Amino acid sequence: MYSEKVMDHFSNPRNVGEIEDANGVGEVGNASCGDIMKIFLKIEDNVIQDIKFKTFGCGAAIATSSMVTEMAIGKTLEEAMELTNQAVAEALDGLPAAKMHCSNLAADALHEAIKNYMETKS
Amino acid sequence: MKRIYLDYNATTPIHSDVLEAMLPFLRDQFGNPSSVHWAGRQVSGAVEKAREQVARLINCSPAEVVFTSCGSEGDNFAIKGTLAGLKGQGNHIITTSVEHPAVLNTCKYLEGEGFDVTYLPVDKDGMLNLEDLKKAITKQTVLISVMWANNETGNIYPIHEIGAIARENKIRFHTDAVQAVGKIPVDVQAAKVDLLVLSGHKIGAPKGVGAIYIRRGSKLQALIHGGHQERNRRAGTHNVAGIVGLGAACKLAGQGMAESAARVRQLRDRLEQGIQEKVPQIKLNGHPEADLRLPNTLNVSFAYIEGESLLLNMDMKGIAASSGSACTSGSLEPSHVLGAMCVEVTLAHSSTRFSLGPETTEVDVDYVLEVLPPIVQRLREMSPLYNRKELTCEECQVIRKAH
Repeated sequence: MYSEKVMDHFSNPRNVGEIEDANGVGEVGNASCGDIMKIFLKIEDNVIQDIKFKTFGCGAAIATSSMVTEMAIGKTLEEAMELTNQAVAEALDGLPAAKMHCSNLAADALHEAIKNYMETKS
Repeated sequence: MKRIYLDYNATTPIHSDVLEAMLPFLRDQFGNPSSVHWAGRQVSGAVEKAREQVARLINCSPAEVVFTSCGSEGDNFAIKGTLAGLKGQGNHIITTSVEHPAVLNTCKYLEGEGFDVTYLPVDKDGMLNLEDLKKAITKQTVLISVMWANNETGNIYPIHEIGAIARENKIRFHTDAVQAVGKIPVDVQAAKVDLLVLSGHKIGAPKGVGAIYIRRGSKLQALIHGGHQERNRRAGTHNVAGIVGLGAACKLAGQGMAESAARVRQLRDRLEQGIQEKVPQIKLNGHPEADLRLPNTLNVSFAYIEGESLLLNMDMKGIAASSGSACTSGSLEPSHVLGAMCVEVTLAHSSTRFSLGPETTEVDVDYVLEVLPPIVQRLREMSPLYNRKELTCEECQVIRKAH
């Protein structure tokens, strides 16, 4: 049911963990639907220098979290804000239809983390 | 890679003796048992022999056994057939909140058709209070439907007591015994059951065959209309090979059931104790008293992690189990059974069912106990709920319930 890329990111997730001195943190999802994603950012000079995640969720939730970290690193905040859940799913060669609406929240978590950075900065 | 199958409550491999018994009917003995000629005669005896084998396992007369295509058909037939057969005598059904969807969704459909349904609650251990059942009975009640054993938790319900209550109140009693038959003794006479449903593929027969016990004299409207098969109770050309397989599986299940149940129970207990010793912060789902659960079933929630990701990781190590998480149920809600037991929602998402069977060995169990703890630890370290610094009240409850 999952693509090879999903299984790759699920079984060897990239950038798992927390950033101690993160300057942007975002969390989306809730316990009742079974998916919670948390993204930690280290932003310097408007660029995402480091990114890590922690996720409670299914295979798709973990794989999209891992994928979004790879896609976002090195990007400017403006570029990162343009990343969509759809783009993350496509980068994974697609997700099963049932997973598109419930477990495909990684870009949202990234955007929340960037918003958090902007708010704390100002 | 090792392949360890611990999902016997989902389905079972076909037993080699069962396959052996079936093969002639997939090769040269192709006749229709309803035909009068030699080809029909060749197979009609086999269908009747299978009927006797099913009857013997559940202690009824062969004439009271009707072959079906699956458990869901049996449950639909029992419930819809009763309401149609007893038309005008009442419009109230009593069932439980932890039934299989074959019963629950049939009842929901009937609610839409104007029937009243009472869904009995269960306690945190998943058990029924028989006082609730007695109180739910009205003059309109025509059917009580309670499963013999629960597919998710393995909880065994007090079918004999419920049978007595139903008989006393002259209410028909149906039990979905798909998970109980073959695993524990099932006696329809002793339990005063009127309708009992069983399924072949849960007991070493192939998929696509089942049976329903219909107590003699129970008026039941047919679900599938057509030819005169099964004494006009269920139309459709017999699935001869499947029926022969079901009979053979029932015969095997009846032989040495106590020994095989004791053996599988010992392995299940080993798995249960091993997980309790090796993995902190877990919750057993189901009745804490092991005698009140099927000997093969263990349902456990691993706090802070989600069931599907645990299943996928176990699958990568060759272990097949199942989960009550929403992701694996195909809906947004986690298991309705655990929901009815008021299991906290993240724990319901993390529930994992191990169901053992005749092929399970001690080596298999020890392998699971070796592989599982590091998987759980790795997923926990990835989880934002684990070792959270500031816990919300809701999450505190998650942890408290896990202990």
